[in-house]
Amino acid sequence: MLNRSMIDLWVGFFLAIAFAAILFLALKVGNFANAQLGETYPLEARFENIGGLKVRGAVKSSGVLVGRISDIYYDTENYEAVVKMNIDQRYVFPKDTFASIYTAGLLGEQYIGLDVGGDEQNFKAGDVIKKTQSAVVLEKLISQFLFNKATEDKKE
Amino acid sequence: MYLKKFFQNIGHLGIEYIWQFGFAIRFLLATLQQSATTFLRPSLLLRELFFGGVKSLTIILVSGLFVGLVLGLQGYETLQRYGSSEALGILVALSLTRELGPVVAGLLFASRAGSSITAEIGLMKTTEQLTAMDMMAVNPIARIVAPRFWGGVISMPLLAALFTAMGVIGGWLIGVVFIGVDDGAFWSQMQGSVDFRFDIVNGFIKSVVFGFAVSLIAVFQGYDCVPTAEGVSSAITRTVVTSALSILALDFILTSFMFRGV
Repeated sequence: MLNRSMIDLWVGFFLAIAFAAILFLALKVGNFANAQLGETYPLEARFENIGGLKVRGAVKSSGVLVGRISDIYYDTENYEAVVKMNIDQRYVFPKDTFASIYTAGLLGEQYIGLDVGGDEQNFKAGDVIKKTQSAVVLEKLISQFLFNKATEDKKE
Repeated sequence: MYLKKFFQNIGHLGIEYIWQFGFAIRFLLATLQQSATTFLRPSLLLRELFFGGVKSLTIILVSGLFVGLVLGLQGYETLQRYGSSEALGILVALSLTRELGPVVAGLLFASRAGSSITAEIGLMKTTEQLTAMDMMAVNPIARIVAPRFWGGVISMPLLAALFTAMGVIGGWLIGVVFIGVDDGAFWSQMQGSVDFRFDIVNGFIKSVVFGFAVSLIAVFQGYDCVPTAEGVSSAITRTVVTSALSILALDFILTSFMFRGV
């Protein structure tokens, strides 16, 4: 039978490696360390078509994660999609910043890319990004291409 | 005549199950009520952490490693067909943190620690040690049942975390060390898509729930067993079977609440 101090030792060892495993999961496997946004401020953008954009999706500028999408809904007054996002307080963007929807890789997730303009004034919390570009819908592209092809053929 | 017998059987079974369920709930409440002793005398809890947690380490670590190795191999086999073998890290980490970690660790814990808890308490009941304790004004629920219950509840999430961590290391070993997937891509893609709140914390919540379920089933089946050699053995069987079924059923319920494809 094991004595008390051996049990203490083994249980201490067990707890230590278990917490090490949790730390490993949080820091090395998950994104607890780097992708956690600090204080954020809200921005809004309106798109004609958001494609496959999802809540909690990324907002990137120059490829750096600067915020996350907090809400997506459909505005029945203007018939367009409204995307609300939270941007990290450390980053400010000029008023003529362009918001477009890009796809990460060929099959990747869609995200909002912010292309910075040259305005002197910056966005404040709750502002609306005016300049937006909708997601590229593959079917539309293909049908456009086919349509052009057909009209070309007619001309000849 | 046969029909009457048939319905009688169903009725009997139904009443039996409902009665047992009610008994289990009251047993849980009594255990929670008598839990103060467990935390006031840490030596009792430490002993159970040793027998439930430390002694399960080997099986958990080794199984975790092998599950990770298999995931690495099978995942690579499938992913390389689509030319995205760098996504191996995501596949291994997500499947382990969300599902395999808590569920397989729970099943192993039920068969390794749950069965021994049932056997111990059942044998104590059979040899009338529990009655003897009662005679000495020692509450057997406070002295025997509650420490084992809490030992299981605390050990289970820790073991699941270890299982997941070992699995990820196993996947890394196969993917990066043996097959030669890029090390940086493996980890960075994993970190890019495993969310702390949605994947790791949800997996942890699952393992806590499984810990409660398995521990309650184990102590209850031991306490409720028929005090004969045969009774103890069938109680152990019931512990393993009921635990496995309830882990899988609870997993489905929890998953459908947690991951709704948002």
